[in-house]
Amino acid sequence: MDESVTVLKRIEEALPEAAVSRVINPSPSGQHSLLVEPKDLLAVARFLRDDPQLGYDFLSNLTGVDWLDRTVKNKVKKIEIREGEETEVDVVEEQQIPGCLEVVFHLYSLSRKQGPLILRTRTVNRTDRVALPSLVSVWRSAEFQEREVYDLYGVVFEGHPDLRRLLMWDEFEDHPMRKDYIEPDDYEYEPTPHGRVLEKLDRS
Amino acid sequence: MPVPEFDPPTAATGYSLKQREGEEGELLEISMGPHHPSTHGVFRMDVALEGERVVRLKPVFGYLHRNHEKIAEEVTWLSSMPYTDRLDYFNSMTNNWAYALSVETLAGIEPTERAEYIRVIVAELTRLLNHTCLIGFLVMDMGALGTPLMYAFREREKILDLFEALSGSRMMCNYLRFGGCRCDLPADWLTEMNRFLGEFDRFLDDYEKLLTGNEILQARTQQVGSLPAELAISAGVSGPMLRASGVGYDIRKVDRYGIYDRFDFRVPLGEVGDVYDRYMIRILEMRESLGILRQAARDLPEGPIVNSKARLRGFRPKPGEAYGRIEAPKGELGFYLISDGSPQPYRYRVRPPSLVNLTVLEDMCLGHTVADVVVILGSVDIVLGEVDR
Amino acid sequence: MTEGLHGELQKHGVFTTTLEGIHNWGRRNSVWPLQFGLACCAIEMIATSMARYDLARFGAEVFRPSPRQADLMIVAGTVTKKMAPQVVRLYNQMPEPKYVIAMGACAISGGPFKQGYNVLKGIDRFLPVDVHIPGCPPRPEALLHAFMTLQRQIDRQKLTGDERPRHLRAEAPSEYPVPQFGKKDLTPGKNAAVWSPPVSTRSG
Repeated sequence: MDESVTVLKRIEEALPEAAVSRVINPSPSGQHSLLVEPKDLLAVARFLRDDPQLGYDFLSNLTGVDWLDRTVKNKVKKIEIREGEETEVDVVEEQQIPGCLEVVFHLYSLSRKQGPLILRTRTVNRTDRVALPSLVSVWRSAEFQEREVYDLYGVVFEGHPDLRRLLMWDEFEDHPMRKDYIEPDDYEYEPTPHGRVLEKLDRS
Repeated sequence: MPVPEFDPPTAATGYSLKQREGEEGELLEISMGPHHPSTHGVFRMDVALEGERVVRLKPVFGYLHRNHEKIAEEVTWLSSMPYTDRLDYFNSMTNNWAYALSVETLAGIEPTERAEYIRVIVAELTRLLNHTCLIGFLVMDMGALGTPLMYAFREREKILDLFEALSGSRMMCNYLRFGGCRCDLPADWLTEMNRFLGEFDRFLDDYEKLLTGNEILQARTQQVGSLPAELAISAGVSGPMLRASGVGYDIRKVDRYGIYDRFDFRVPLGEVGDVYDRYMIRILEMRESLGILRQAARDLPEGPIVNSKARLRGFRPKPGEAYGRIEAPKGELGFYLISDGSPQPYRYRVRPPSLVNLTVLEDMCLGHTVADVVVILGSVDIVLGEVDR
Repeated sequence: MTEGLHGELQKHGVFTTTLEGIHNWGRRNSVWPLQFGLACCAIEMIATSMARYDLARFGAEVFRPSPRQADLMIVAGTVTKKMAPQVVRLYNQMPEPKYVIAMGACAISGGPFKQGYNVLKGIDRFLPVDVHIPGCPPRPEALLHAFMTLQRQIDRQKLTGDERPRHLRAEAPSEYPVPQFGKKDLTPGKNAAVWSPPVSTRSG
């Protein structure tokens, strides 16, 4: 039995109002995850840690992922009436998926030797509504990793005791791990990377 | 082991130097690093002292932030392998393994039998290398300049000779591939390794005779930097540091990745969780590693070195994600990978044990003297290439 | 003094030399490096000073932790932009005469991490480098070779005349400006007095 299914069932029993859904991972790794709404994140995290049947006491990995706005083209089969006959036609539908910043948590249970349980939560967009609750009060190991995500992705963790940049200097303005970050143009003569930087500059 | 029932202490808020009323100028704020002989690289700690006692300690990172993750998202899957060598530059082989394991989980590739054995051999050799050098640096921080570190580096050179014969490079081996290893063992390599194992046994006895019972070492390490088990678990501490606090959690035993379930070895545990325990854990782990190495060398099967189904060039895993982790010498080294079906990873994240283990540095150091801070930091076992990436 | 007389005197146990010769001989054989490691190359630097490679044979085993007591800065590893001001500051604190060895691909040019947004593309943008060693990391033998190259350079130094080294010319700078952290990059990104970008001409 997949771990995410049992945990989801347990969360639904204990926290019926929490909005948690399962995200299927199509790769052979089979590591499915649970998508939690930011408003319920703290409650779900506390429950996962304190519930004696689950006991996820070890937050191993916390990281960010940047999802840009994108359009997905889906091929849909539609039945159209042409010249009085019903024919099946492939229609390409464009679907707009808005971008977001995602934070992924990998939890383990040291007492039950279970894991990983993968939680993910998403900000509303990539620009102004990028706040998420901080989990430092649940697992201390979130402390530096949240600071790193704040530094590199710009996710603001509300309730973090000391939210400063971790890796870059304090005066630095950008969030360099974002996909649309433009590196400073400080290459001199190397053809390949220099060309790519210039390309990015042109696009901006 | 019971589930801990507590809310972990949060780090001190704010960053300004607080002074007590009427006691002006009592606290002394110093910045240790980034250039400091005992910070094991370019690591900085902002320390506030009351007399000689530490009342606040804030680590400052980023002086070796080389953008490994960003670069990995711009190059192909295989091209990241040599970059992983440079994460924790003592242990290139285990870094390779963690990355290879994660990609194999992501793409569903099985490594070959012989490659699995060779992976265990090189990983355990790496563990020996890391732990000897770490202890050398640790006692150097206590003032034993030279001698133990010279011994450690003598043994390190022997291991590096083996790695060089195997992969062509001393430090940055770049040896593992998805589904196996890059090349087979050279002739007589196993004989050389067995000879080295015998020498290392004697070296460990000498090392212990020199250090373990030493009064100065015991005075400097016992009851210094104690780390309770609950805090260690909550702070995500892994590896020898976690086990020194008495938590029996070794990923080699729990996940049984590779073929570790075929070997007979014990997981040493500490009782107090102080610096001395962390030192002893590493000595004991080295002895267990020697046992694993002997078993692996005895059982090494013949066969292909790399899975013929694994593609190296033009490798594009199916969309999806995977998290793979191993018990690296410093703790849980994990790679979190997201593939979008293109030749480059969409997201490439390294879960660095050194960085996460440093979360509790302040808690361990509070109340100790500056001289102890150096020793406690040494016992955490960090490498800045991995902390900052 | 002629060569013949010099040889003749030596046969009788009288050693003659020039002031310049003995001055350079003394300097060459007691170079004290700064104990200053940045990244991977630092481990090989330590290995060079250990038993098997034994840098002490060249009179340079005294690694000084304080820049005030050191003559030689071995820039061993990747210089990040966050670290570059400290490297320049350390160099400024060293007393003259002082030398710099750029050890490894990263210190020369950024090496494998050249694409990085936080990686300085070579320390010679801010400091005058005497010897470059390629390699990632260079073997200890390569560091020994670089060290012997530096010794030969010291041996050729003139005490008087127009070809005096920098530390004997009053007007030559001994300290270099420390770059500041900017919003996107270091400001300035390079010291034009030390380094100018090489001009590459490409056909087509």
